[in-house]
Amino acid sequence: MEYFVQQLINGLALGSIYGLIAIGYTMVYGIIGMINFAHGDIFMVGAFGALIVIVGLGAVGFGGAGVLIILALLAAMLIAAVYGWALERVAYRPLRGSFRLAALISAIGMSIFLQNFVQLSQGARVKPLQPMVEGGFVVMEKGNFAVTLSYLQIIIVVTTVVLMAGFSLLIAKTPIGRTQRACEQDMKMASLLGLDVNRTISLTFVMGAALAAVAGMMFLLYYGVIDFFIGFLVGIKAFTAAVLGGIGSLPGAMLGGLLIGLIETFWSGYFTVEYKDVAAFAILVLVLIFRPTGLLGRPEVEKV
Amino acid sequence: MSEPLLTVEHLSMRFGGLIAVNDVSFIAEKRRITSIIGPNGAGKTTVFNCLTGFYKPTVGRLVLAGAEKEHYLERMDDFRIGQVAGVARTFQNIRLFPAMSVLENLLVAQHNKLMRASGWSVLGLFGVPSYRRAEGAAVELGRYWLEKINLIDRADEPAGDLPYGDQRRLEIARAMCTEPQILCLDEPAAGLNPRETADLNGLLRFIRDDSGVGVLLIEHDMSMVMEISDHIVVLDYGQKIAEGDPESVRSNPDVIRAYLGDDEENDDIDAEAIGDRQ
Amino acid sequence: MAPIDYPQQAKESLLAGIVALALTVPMMGLRTTSGQDGMVIDIRMGDAALTTLGVAVGHFVISLIRQALQQRSPKETKTEKSARLKSVAIWIGWASFAFALTLPVTLNLTENLGLHDKTRYYLDIGILVLTYVMLGWGLNIVVGLAGLLDLGYVAFYAVGAYSYALIAAHFGWSYWVCLPLAGLFAAFFGVILGFPVLRLRGDYLAIVTLGFGEIVRVVLLNWYQFTGGPDGLSRIPRPDFFGLPFKRSSSEGETFHQFFGLDYSSIHRIIFLYYLIFILALITNAFTLRIRKLPVGRAWEALREDEIACRSLGLNPTNTKLTAFAIGAMFGGFAGAFFATRQGFISPESFTFIESAVILAIVVLGGMGSQIGVVIAAAVLIGGTEMFRGLEEFRMLAFGMAMVAIMVWKPRGLLANREPTVKLHGDKEAKP
Repeated sequence: MEYFVQQLINGLALGSIYGLIAIGYTMVYGIIGMINFAHGDIFMVGAFGALIVIVGLGAVGFGGAGVLIILALLAAMLIAAVYGWALERVAYRPLRGSFRLAALISAIGMSIFLQNFVQLSQGARVKPLQPMVEGGFVVMEKGNFAVTLSYLQIIIVVTTVVLMAGFSLLIAKTPIGRTQRACEQDMKMASLLGLDVNRTISLTFVMGAALAAVAGMMFLLYYGVIDFFIGFLVGIKAFTAAVLGGIGSLPGAMLGGLLIGLIETFWSGYFTVEYKDVAAFAILVLVLIFRPTGLLGRPEVEKV
Repeated sequence: MSEPLLTVEHLSMRFGGLIAVNDVSFIAEKRRITSIIGPNGAGKTTVFNCLTGFYKPTVGRLVLAGAEKEHYLERMDDFRIGQVAGVARTFQNIRLFPAMSVLENLLVAQHNKLMRASGWSVLGLFGVPSYRRAEGAAVELGRYWLEKINLIDRADEPAGDLPYGDQRRLEIARAMCTEPQILCLDEPAAGLNPRETADLNGLLRFIRDDSGVGVLLIEHDMSMVMEISDHIVVLDYGQKIAEGDPESVRSNPDVIRAYLGDDEENDDIDAEAIGDRQ
Repeated sequence: MAPIDYPQQAKESLLAGIVALALTVPMMGLRTTSGQDGMVIDIRMGDAALTTLGVAVGHFVISLIRQALQQRSPKETKTEKSARLKSVAIWIGWASFAFALTLPVTLNLTENLGLHDKTRYYLDIGILVLTYVMLGWGLNIVVGLAGLLDLGYVAFYAVGAYSYALIAAHFGWSYWVCLPLAGLFAAFFGVILGFPVLRLRGDYLAIVTLGFGEIVRVVLLNWYQFTGGPDGLSRIPRPDFFGLPFKRSSSEGETFHQFFGLDYSSIHRIIFLYYLIFILALITNAFTLRIRKLPVGRAWEALREDEIACRSLGLNPTNTKLTAFAIGAMFGGFAGAFFATRQGFISPESFTFIESAVILAIVVLGGMGSQIGVVIAAAVLIGGTEMFRGLEEFRMLAFGMAMVAIMVWKPRGLLANREPTVKLHGDKEAKP
């Protein structure tokens, strides 16, 4: 029981990170109907942005972990947002309306480029970071096994919930969100009505990238170590989360993220750690085969 | 009267709460052109999609009288309907294979026949003579239809390079190359100029009279429908409101009301006006 | 034909530079490195500035060239262009065929003349390039013809390599028995993987195949008793020349050099391997060219163009895709078996996603469906980067950039030119 609760807590924290990234996949898919293959690498760039700011400010003797984390978070979001914007501008916009595989291949190219760019500029070695948030509550205790809920896990889950709520409001209530939804429904009509479609798509990438950067920062704090390759696996799992929840659906992305996080931790906790990635992929395959619309997605009617 | 080729009984199609087609029954016959007309959103294309297996009907029976046995289309996978039952169709927005040549488009339509002849590719890889003969025959069938649609000179060009009207006719030729029992045409005259429409009428009459297949037609161009149809089924809001030969449909008050609205004053307007309005 | 607006161009390039500055200053200018106590920042603004300058100037030059080209080139008609591309492709095809056929001889001659002393090294590169040509041709069936984006092709390469290694080691059968078995095994694997997923739409399929590729790798990595885990399998039997081993001496009979009365040289085996992969690649090519003209080949292309139309014509999409998937997998398996026997050692490290991406890049950059395009792309990407070992670390960077650039410039690839598989109006063509 105690072990179960501990896994549950760990799974929720990990799932929140996946959920934040999954939102980026889901929004981009919703608006331009393609998998932003490089999104996982934007997440990686965000994590590096956070690391650079934390180390940099730490070096000039900047004190106070709280302020440092908030500053790093904002900076990481900004850096990732610029990358997200440039990514769309360079690799996707020229191919909009061209045939499908071209855009996907361009995305894969961008993913390879970003990984190697960071590898070259930041080095191939793993980057460790001293733990910045330590301690936590002991939720329950039995024998020598104590179930802990660390402050960091609380921060991760709370941040995610706040961001999700804010973001849902943004999409549901503001003019930005309205434009975004309009473009998602019918891009041509939206542009005929005078909406700036290019700007809206750029904005979608920017928002997705900023959320991925938050996830990157959380990942950095949670695991305390990153390298240029983290985007690949995490990205695929987050994509799985988006598909599982129903691609195009924001709550679905969050739900899918949580589920993938839980499945992964329980799988490692009860079965084998080695095959935890296989579990995520196997779920992806099963979902796509048996329920391609995901848990919360709407069925797509094939128009003939 | 010839025997019924396609019998549609109590066809209904629901999408969630929306009833697109509601209890529609009709019969299409061999060597006849049966048209389905109706205002936008009346459920015409949905009927087609049920017939060709793209949708599974909610309720209803679709029976095609084949040469040897009857085929229950509502139970078949979409590709089996083309392969086994012999239902061929065209699409509202043309779906050719644009990068492939005109002739290749016609050969893909003869895929199943050629597949058997090539021994599921095994014999074909070694170029056995029987396969070569089969391919030659397939090319000849392609040539036959290309001559009918006047595209023989452009046979080796990519289909995507053809002008719009030629693409429409090529799509019909491609459907005919499957050697079907029934040919379903989804708005074949859309976007054609009057001259092209006249050519199309000629082609459809030829198909009806010479190939002996049944033709099922969805069309908005009312003058064309009235000119070439042998039998007309009128749908409105997913329901069949009238059926009969062009003359009787033209003067049917329900049809006029469906097209011009439920206004007393319009009752005496001749259906010729319907064609003009479309 | 507006004249080029230089100030406007300059302004745009300046903007591109500013964006590049924003991108590079944090990531390149502030490098995190491990210091004495924890991480420290190593400031390298020079790199960032140089890159920024490069982006701005590059943007300016490229947009000028693009505009100049647009204004200069008189519009070539589509038929002229396709005829020109076709003759270029045929010419390059025969030239590279002749070059590849005579390479060992040329290398030997030039070495004897004292022009170089690295025959073995060049032959190794040749073998590597030909392996990728073969992989590219195999994947071309799946991606280029059938339009199925397979991001896990390396899985079949791995299955071929491992099944060859295991069969050859356990049963001691000859290479010529194990090679087809490895291919069949990979094809079988392709059918099993393909059956459930081939209904999926393009980009979903891509992700699922990627997932499968990773699953295969993770399984290879962790199934110790069977695959040796991360250590891989070693001492894989070397191929022999129809029963004659390439050894100095053999207790079981004659060796290759004894039989042919030659002096023993280790290069014999390399030359043999070179011609082996050359022939395997040629078989792949001949097979593809032939099957393209069969109904199933046309059905693949038709499915790539419009699946719904195919269904309406009575084509069974799943079976058709499955054949493409399985045949592509089979050639991947052959290539894998060759790889295993050539290396004598395999481990999961050789079968990562990046390998799939490289093979895909070869297919796509060359021009999807173009056989010659694959040869050119493999020669440039694999041979080119092997030749310039010093730039190894920039290799994948350039790779990624090239993929994006070529897609943006020519979404259908460099040599995208399609010849009809059957013609009504004469004009018989020959192609290597």
